[in-house]
Amino acid sequence: MVMGDLVREVDVAVIGGGPGGYSAAFRCAELGLETVVIDDGKRLGGACLYEGCIPSKALLHVAAVLGDAERVRECGVDFGEPRVSLDALRKWKSERVIGRLARGLAGVARSKNVEVVGGRAVFEESRGLRVEGDEPQKIRFRHAVIATGSAPSRPSGLALASERVMDSTAALEVPEVPERLLVIGGGYIGLELGQVYAALGSRVTLVEMTEGLLPGVDRDLVQPLARRCERLFAEVRLGTTVTALRETPAGVEVTLGASPATFDRVLVAVGRRARTDGLGLDTTRARPDGRGVLAVDERGCTADPHLWAVGDVTGEPMLAHRAMRQGKVVAEAIAGRPAAYDNAAVPAVVFTDPEVAWCGLTEAEAQRTGRDVKIAKFQWAASGRAATLGRADGLTKVIVDPQSGRVLGVGIVGLGAGELIGEGTLAVEAALTAEDLAVTIHTHPTLSESLMEAAETLLR
Amino acid sequence: MGAMARAFRLPDLGEGLTEAEIVKVLVREGDLVGEDAPLLEVETDKAQVEIPSPMGGRVERIHVQAGQTVKVGDVLVTFADSEGTREAGGATPQLNNAFARGGPPSLTRTAEPARVTSSRAGIGPVPATPATRRLARELSVDLRAVRGTGPGGRVTDDDVRAAASPTSRPTPGAPPTDEGERAAAKPLAAVGIEPPPLPRFEQWGPVERQPLSHLRRTIAERMTLAATLIPHVTHFDRADITDLDAIITRSVEPARQREITLTLTSFLLKAAALALGEHPRFNASLDPAAGELILKRYCHLGVAVATDRGLIVPVIRDVDRKPVLEVARELTALAQRVREGKASLDDLRGGTFTITNIGTLGGTGAIPIINYPEVAILGVARARREAVVRGDAIVPRLLLPMTLTFDHRVADGADGARFAGAIVRRLESPEQLLLEW
Repeated sequence: MVMGDLVREVDVAVIGGGPGGYSAAFRCAELGLETVVIDDGKRLGGACLYEGCIPSKALLHVAAVLGDAERVRECGVDFGEPRVSLDALRKWKSERVIGRLARGLAGVARSKNVEVVGGRAVFEESRGLRVEGDEPQKIRFRHAVIATGSAPSRPSGLALASERVMDSTAALEVPEVPERLLVIGGGYIGLELGQVYAALGSRVTLVEMTEGLLPGVDRDLVQPLARRCERLFAEVRLGTTVTALRETPAGVEVTLGASPATFDRVLVAVGRRARTDGLGLDTTRARPDGRGVLAVDERGCTADPHLWAVGDVTGEPMLAHRAMRQGKVVAEAIAGRPAAYDNAAVPAVVFTDPEVAWCGLTEAEAQRTGRDVKIAKFQWAASGRAATLGRADGLTKVIVDPQSGRVLGVGIVGLGAGELIGEGTLAVEAALTAEDLAVTIHTHPTLSESLMEAAETLLR
Repeated sequence: MGAMARAFRLPDLGEGLTEAEIVKVLVREGDLVGEDAPLLEVETDKAQVEIPSPMGGRVERIHVQAGQTVKVGDVLVTFADSEGTREAGGATPQLNNAFARGGPPSLTRTAEPARVTSSRAGIGPVPATPATRRLARELSVDLRAVRGTGPGGRVTDDDVRAAASPTSRPTPGAPPTDEGERAAAKPLAAVGIEPPPLPRFEQWGPVERQPLSHLRRTIAERMTLAATLIPHVTHFDRADITDLDAIITRSVEPARQREITLTLTSFLLKAAALALGEHPRFNASLDPAAGELILKRYCHLGVAVATDRGLIVPVIRDVDRKPVLEVARELTALAQRVREGKASLDDLRGGTFTITNIGTLGGTGAIPIINYPEVAILGVARARREAVVRGDAIVPRLLLPMTLTFDHRVADGADGARFAGAIVRRLESPEQLLLEW
């Protein structure tokens, strides 16, 4: 196909149709810029919709219902043993959840006149790229937004080519419920998927290299989750490194500490790596670092004034909501507005049972930097709402500046922490004080009162 | 003796200068530097200068980076103890480290360990809502420099707008000492006028927004200050410089052999300096708070120089005491340093009166704005040969149009006319006054 001569000209070319990419593209279109999205799957949603946030949350919802069904026995209700039909579960997940959201995004793109081109984008210079794959063409742009996201990383020792060894993408397909599952990595992905498979009936062994689950997160927030995992999983091994995997007729053999053990499947969840390889960036002035990450200024511009980057390719925290905000900032900056990604708080949520969520300054970070802070904690054991839900395993804490009383960070563990953190994020972002939180009327009885209660202890 | 960290703050740069832009950091953390070794290169309103180290020692932390704007009093560099020893490295270095991490450097403002007085959170994000931060970007206000009046030191929209109004610009940058606040607040607050909001120009066609350069912003602020604060009055006059021009023409070549470019401006400077000696009221500054006129017993004259970056006014010292050839020599060298961006701070401050010669660019006259806090400015246009009636004859003479613009609070029209006349008289009779020169 001779497409080399046909060069399309646009204002903005967005590479990658994930949350960062489509947020940038939609906002560009709203601001009157002609915008195309180039996505290898010719679809919007990215890893978030197809192999990340959304499918994992769909499965975790099912896991939570299974957990509730078990817990409600204490209240005198017994549903009996659950029977799980994997076909029906997969169909619900892919059609009713993912499919519906995907159609929604495609509809928005149509209404905003954002075209999605299928293929792989390769830069040829700072103002032009070629698309390889289904719809080969050349595109000249005034600005390009790199939103190629990240992919699960697989250390070489764990790179065994076998369908028994899964990354998070494969595990979210739920090919089966293995009898014995090894989860390598005690970060949020390993914990979430480990809990899904445990709820579906797998005997889960989780190994984590460091001395605690969710490295870097405040220990008091992790503790209720760790306790739950110890009950839910067959074994949790901390301070353990898996160096090699070997496939045998019985499964995958792994050396854990001194003794070898065999598992039916292994999930490798040791982190994600920015995807900038093969983008042809060497023809531009933008240069990824050794981890594939592109450095950007506060507007999201790379070292090349025509190239911008949002989302996971710009490094940690690799979170969809951060990418979406970055995408909107970049779009406005390209349109000449004085936009800047200057957010004070990026909320992080682990959607396990119980959920763990935090935003802004953490206690661990304050200790590490020697920053003087005041910390107020509220144990959910004293919450009426938590008692009625049978979920006293929660904690809300507020971290404030001792002089001004300003809320610098919020951490929550417990049922629905992922929803509750929203108020904390607003408090940090809007520079509210503990007093602001304490005097705001919170509905009784709800878990949201815990923020007010924690803040009140600082006013005494 | 315990290890003491010592902070080096941006020193007072002289009149009117409240901030500087870091051009280059010349040392690295951990470096041992000697006293007076160059630490940083900064660009002020007017010049690019090197800041030498005030002390010898090990550089413990560098608090600034290239491109950043710093205010007088901001900590630039923290030095470890002078011996560079670590034996008693107890509390102080740790205190220091407390400010070290957490967030990108541009968002980090460090406090001096020795004297933390501000109640506002020193590090972390600026206490302002996202909408306020957007407003600050639109108005080009550095939120870090704004004192928040809201609860917990939160910066409100009103704080941002107040900081953006041109007359209050110096205030946020002033160090939080009583003295600094009093000095900055005095006459400026009285003339604060809120500019009305601009229309949305996009509704009539595409626009492009260009941020003002540091120098452009400074010029804008100072001109607004002078034009708002000072009641300007302008006196028009013309000097017959036919004879003077002949002298200059004859002297250009001998002067060039001594590597001096002889121009009319040198003679203007000399004539003005001598006239100022007779009219000291124009070689002064008004102190409205004290109700006093500050007469200067020195005569340092500024010359407006157009550069591709904008208007810069270098200063020649003691013009009244120097022969005109010396003034010409200094002017040549000074103009060159300014155009190359190499002028030192001392080249640019301490002026008592300013001359702007727009003659080379044409025009028949201009009314310049006074270079605050001076009292007057002389504007000179292009000299032209004109028909002049002398006795009963019409003779061609070379006439130089000039305007003397002065502060009406300090002098009246008659004073201005006499002072301008004193300048004109000297320009018109060069032979008589040759000895004076």
